[in-house]
Amino acid sequence: MEAWWLVLIKSVVLVALLFLVFAYLMLFERKFLGFFQLRVGPNRTGPWGLFQPFADAVKLVLKEDIIPASADPLVYRLAPMISLFVALAAYVVIPVAPSSGPVRWGIADPNAGILLLLAITSLGVYGITLGGWASQGKYTLLGSLRSTAQAISYELAMGMSLVGVLLLAGSVRLDDIVAAQARIPFAVLQPLGFLIFLICIVAETNRSPFDLPEGETELVGGYHTEYTGLRFAMYYMAEYINMIVMASLLTHLYLGGWQGPLLPPVVWFALKVAVILFVFIWLRATLPRIRYDRLMNFGWKVLLPLAALNLLGTAAVVALA
Amino acid sequence: MLRELAVGFETTLKNFFAPKVTIPYPEQKKPRAQGFRGLHELRRYANGLEMCVGCELCQVACPANAITVQAAENDPANPHSPGERYAYEYRIDLLRCIFCGLCEEACPTGALHLTQEFELSETSRKSLVYGRDRLVRAARSGGSVPVNVYPDFRGHRPLADIQASEQEVAGA
Repeated sequence: MEAWWLVLIKSVVLVALLFLVFAYLMLFERKFLGFFQLRVGPNRTGPWGLFQPFADAVKLVLKEDIIPASADPLVYRLAPMISLFVALAAYVVIPVAPSSGPVRWGIADPNAGILLLLAITSLGVYGITLGGWASQGKYTLLGSLRSTAQAISYELAMGMSLVGVLLLAGSVRLDDIVAAQARIPFAVLQPLGFLIFLICIVAETNRSPFDLPEGETELVGGYHTEYTGLRFAMYYMAEYINMIVMASLLTHLYLGGWQGPLLPPVVWFALKVAVILFVFIWLRATLPRIRYDRLMNFGWKVLLPLAALNLLGTAAVVALA
Repeated sequence: MLRELAVGFETTLKNFFAPKVTIPYPEQKKPRAQGFRGLHELRRYANGLEMCVGCELCQVACPANAITVQAAENDPANPHSPGERYAYEYRIDLLRCIFCGLCEEACPTGALHLTQEFELSETSRKSLVYGRDRLVRAARSGGSVPVNVYPDFRGHRPLADIQASEQEVAGA
């Protein structure tokens, strides 16, 4: 065990770092979406628009904080905090680089890291559901209903595809899983599982083309329709930090984590995560939002059987080898 | 379906690296069309006399009631315009104006002209009612028209063509 003050310092640094990465992820998403659409994106605040996140932050802080008259005030206030807290807490168990020397990279190193991570990220749906319910609006309620249904249908497939990795690695500790990929990353050994997991994390983070809980064309803003100012910002942060968490998880599970030639581990890790985040944005720029019933069909009738097949195959190979 | 997906991703990725179509507006301006109708101006002859003779036809022609003209008799010793009368007061309410250009067509002396200027934002409604002081100017396009030669109707001729003919008139 590390001293409590060391853990505290590491936590503060982690949260600050996540906020910073979130701010620039948002900027780069807007930039890149612009590029994908033959525009240039934000470029007025500072060189290359680099101060845009700070301008946005100031704008959001100065906005009026509205609570609908019919809303449940306590739950309404609590819901965005749950979302943000859960998103931040999930990163605790993700190591960024191998631990050598007196100070470890990750904050916590439980021996069932993945299970804890999955449990925490699954809680994120409460923030969305409660927020949509407490706002007492039709759009918000529909948005939160969608998010629950979506979470149920995609987390199963995600968990199943992940078990294949756990079988190959023979451990649920993230460090061990990364170490097991020293020669070949699991994305090569488990291409199907990798694809399913990729699709599921897009759905899990409510990103386009699975952004049905927000669905601005039909649900205004979905679960965050009524939210303004800082509370809205919390939801926003939660969504992007979830993206970072999921991209990090994917890197560790399928892309060999921090391992790579020449460059230091942290750089490799950051590079891989950045590439996955780029893929997230690329997906958003390319695919339209899919219809709700098709989303359900796809989750239950395509992804789940495929994930089961993948799991069975892997299990057979592991058992015979 | 997979093929279509691949084509879609390829298209967006191509766009990502393609040159962008955005024009960085205040620094770089898109060329306006030749028939572009922007801010009005009241032109003068080369000797400084106003071309407007206060006939009020523009006011009558205006479908949006944006133009107000009040004419007054010229002082023969010190005339404002070559005609009998001149525009004592001339106001265009740009908040009402629809930039249709009917006033320009109605003007018998070619005094009124819609320039290419379109950056007309102001901080108050009042300042968007342009008076004589801001409309009459030895302006960008009109200053070189010589005395008593009325310019041709501008219609939809290319701008360069118009400028060339104006310079010819000025030279002659």
